[in-house]
Amino acid sequence: MKPRQKRIALIAGGLASLAVAAMLTLNALDSNIALYVTPTEVAAGKAPQGKAFRIGGLVKEGSIKRQDMTVRFIITDTAKEIPVAYTGILPDLFRDGKGAVVQGRLGSDGVFAATEVLAKHDENYMPPEAKHAIDQAQKGKP
Amino acid sequence: MRQSIIHWFKFASPQSFYPLAGRMIPWFWAATAAFGIAGLWISFFVAPTDAQQGEGYRIIFVHVPASWMSMFIYLVMAFWAGLGLALNTRVSGMMAQALAPTGALMAALSLWTGALWGKPMWGAWWVWDARLTSELILFFLYLGFMALQAAIDDPRRADKAGAILALVGVVNIPIIYFSVKWWNTLHQGSTINLTKAPSMAQTMLWGMLLMALCFWMYSIAVALTRVRAIILERERHTEWVKHAVE
Repeated sequence: MKPRQKRIALIAGGLASLAVAAMLTLNALDSNIALYVTPTEVAAGKAPQGKAFRIGGLVKEGSIKRQDMTVRFIITDTAKEIPVAYTGILPDLFRDGKGAVVQGRLGSDGVFAATEVLAKHDENYMPPEAKHAIDQAQKGKP
Repeated sequence: MRQSIIHWFKFASPQSFYPLAGRMIPWFWAATAAFGIAGLWISFFVAPTDAQQGEGYRIIFVHVPASWMSMFIYLVMAFWAGLGLALNTRVSGMMAQALAPTGALMAALSLWTGALWGKPMWGAWWVWDARLTSELILFFLYLGFMALQAAIDDPRRADKAGAILALVGVVNIPIIYFSVKWWNTLHQGSTINLTKAPSMAQTMLWGMLLMALCFWMYSIAVALTRVRAIILERERHTEWVKHAVE
């Protein structure tokens, strides 16, 4: 092999082994990279015990109840539900039926005491008229 | 066979690349202005308000092109760095060096506009989610590459050290891109996919693509300007530079 070909082979081999190493590392770190757990995972006991963590899901429709400065709502992944209590300012996009990520601790009464509530929006962008049309069409479905 | 190789490598010599780059730069600036004006006009006046986020979503027209560029420039930089490492061509290392500051700028712009967007929509300037963290690592990779190159006096050795760092960092690019798919993140999934139609109104998409083209043209124009400066600096002892400067 000419020195040039040798160098190319060396670079290609180096990159390939690096990719494999990165893949294995990411695989091992999988659960730590996730920003939040789902209510189903909490119900299955996969949530960290005795320390703060995040739950992500949808705000159950009609579950938002305000009482003085405290907001109570239910976060769901449509399979399991977890009641949440939070005192503080909510982001603008925090709405009924939309995504949210809450950070806090799970109390012994089963209520998640949140210290931070983040809104998660989806990747769809459309004008209000189009959104209205889609909502109407979905309502029309049986 | 021999003939064609010589022809191919003609522009790999700094002496012939310098004037070629000089002739191309004004055209790229003109394209930057044209795409920028059209893109901004669509972004502000034509694209409709978003149903979910209201007017605030318009920061997407800077945020997404900047993020795309930050990732793409890194790939191009690593390509040149790898080529220089494998073939010992001189301009390759200079191209990699010229691209790094623009890439760092794009990564910083992406993080900054992302923070400005995140506060009103999510409720947080910053979250340690996979997408945001890997983009921050990309920013640090650019800074590390620039620092490493600047720290070594001999340009050929600086190029080699930088090239290895640039190539190792390539691993991060697919991680950024697929992070929203692989893990639970606060950052939403991608709107533009190769496999399905974009989930975005047509005019919004046009605004975003035009702005992306504007960013492309800007990056090329700036990188070529910078590579000309690097060529002059590194080749200052040669005859042709003395003639070119006069």
